[in-house]
Amino acid sequence: MKFAYWPGCSVPRQGTPELRITAAAVCDKLGIELEDLSLAPCTGSGILQARDLVYADTLNASTFAMAEDMGLPLMTICSTCQGVFSQARKRLKEKPDYLAQINQTLEEQGMKYSGNLEVKHLLWVLVEDYGLDEVRKAVVRSLAGLRVAPFYGCYLLRPSAALGIDEHPERGTCLESLIEALGAEAVEYRGKTLCCGYPLVGVNDENSAAMVGTHTVEAKEKGADCMVTPCPLCHMNLDGVQPQASEQRESKINMPVFHLTQLIALALGVDPPDLGFDRHAVQVKSVLDKLGL
Amino acid sequence: MEARLRVRRFDPESGEGARYQSYALEVPDYATVLEVLLQIREELDDSLALRCSCSSAICGSCAMRINGQARLACKTKVSALAVDGEEIVVEPVGNMPVIKDLVADMDPFWQKVRAVEPWIQPKGPPPEREYLVPHEVMRPLADVMACIMCGSCVSDCTVLETELSLGKPYEQTFLAPAALAKAYRFVGDPRDDADAERLLALSRLEGIWDCTRCNFCLEVCPKTVAPMDQILALRRKAIEQGHEEYLGARHTLEFEKTVRESSWL
Repeated sequence: MKFAYWPGCSVPRQGTPELRITAAAVCDKLGIELEDLSLAPCTGSGILQARDLVYADTLNASTFAMAEDMGLPLMTICSTCQGVFSQARKRLKEKPDYLAQINQTLEEQGMKYSGNLEVKHLLWVLVEDYGLDEVRKAVVRSLAGLRVAPFYGCYLLRPSAALGIDEHPERGTCLESLIEALGAEAVEYRGKTLCCGYPLVGVNDENSAAMVGTHTVEAKEKGADCMVTPCPLCHMNLDGVQPQASEQRESKINMPVFHLTQLIALALGVDPPDLGFDRHAVQVKSVLDKLGL
Repeated sequence: MEARLRVRRFDPESGEGARYQSYALEVPDYATVLEVLLQIREELDDSLALRCSCSSAICGSCAMRINGQARLACKTKVSALAVDGEEIVVEPVGNMPVIKDLVADMDPFWQKVRAVEPWIQPKGPPPEREYLVPHEVMRPLADVMACIMCGSCVSDCTVLETELSLGKPYEQTFLAPAALAKAYRFVGDPRDDADAERLLALSRLEGIWDCTRCNFCLEVCPKTVAPMDQILALRRKAIEQGHEEYLGARHTLEFEKTVRESSWL
């Protein structure tokens, strides 16, 4: 199994290099081959789209064309990248005239996009292509006894029409399925599909921190030992802004938040010092203690 | 088939808090949630309060939370949600005070719509004859004008929910999707000459830059309004017309500059 790999712009350059490291470790353990799209541009993150949709779609079509050129489907490790790609893919697939217009620009770079590339988040790859039975077989350190609250990130769920949720209903519950395949228990709570507040950072910090507070406290009240998210932007907020959320609520929350790949890597036997936990704002020691690590 | 509904009940006159009541009844296979609720009221429990009128997804009266998501009860088939006869949870819309059972107080919703001055404000003398508007300009606005003011998008707005949870008075909260989409309907209309004032007001606190782009309003709108897309269109217009000093606008422009210069953030 091999993919053209889009690590996402926030990963190497900004807040979450630990995601890139652990994604590589997980794919290596599972035998999923990745070919880096090292020249691919930023997805626009939904922000550029609000300024200049054609330009943003052209950038993403160029990434799709690079993957096609490799003859590989495209894999992401970020809910936001996946959502932005999925929306661009839908527009280009449904409007042949629009695709032709974008391809005219791409031609100047010697590129062309067919309109049919498959683009999948690692989470979907594991559930739909790799298979949870195979994941279970690869688990060498069961997370049994651990209660994990899933947090999807808006862009992996909405708008559902762009994300193919009608054709793949399991995409609405795949994070819980994966948590269970690793031996842990998925905690049910309302906040799992809501917004982490990341897009409001620097614009309305009060609301952003309040969202973090609401979801982390709800997960805690439902008995979660930790949260897990397939979105680095959600991680940056749920973990990174948790100290401000604690201040806002005048009560320490202390909810460890894992990247999806960190949780999988733990179950696949990667040792905690190699998982970048030192970069987290909220320590994960309580979770490692519970697992006897 | 058998329909099983778990309905949130609340009667302020009882002095008791909200509770959930379960009903099970035989209904036709094609029944909508609204038809089941009406059948409950007629056959099992005449104290159940709900609002409805057209039963055709036109009037917008019967918006409610069905399995946790705002939907029109008249447009939601029981068979689509309860494939194996599962219980369906029915609650009033969110983010609005409940009057009784499934009936919410829509006053705060209308306050927000009124706040964007939802009428055409031309400047200069009235035209000699009817004002002709090009089809291509009005076509996108027709989608926005299809809003039936059901309140689904406001019900499930994550920013409004957050601000209400912080204890903010309703009039100081986010304008929310329905009112902002309505504002775009006038900003995008060439007969309206108040764009500058509108975009200035909307750029301020609790306006277009406070949307967190969670996509919920796009997901739950039962019509073609796509409120979040209209909020983003307002952001584009506000920047184009020079309202650049707001944090959200500055962030957008800086983001764009960085990507255009380096392809990266």
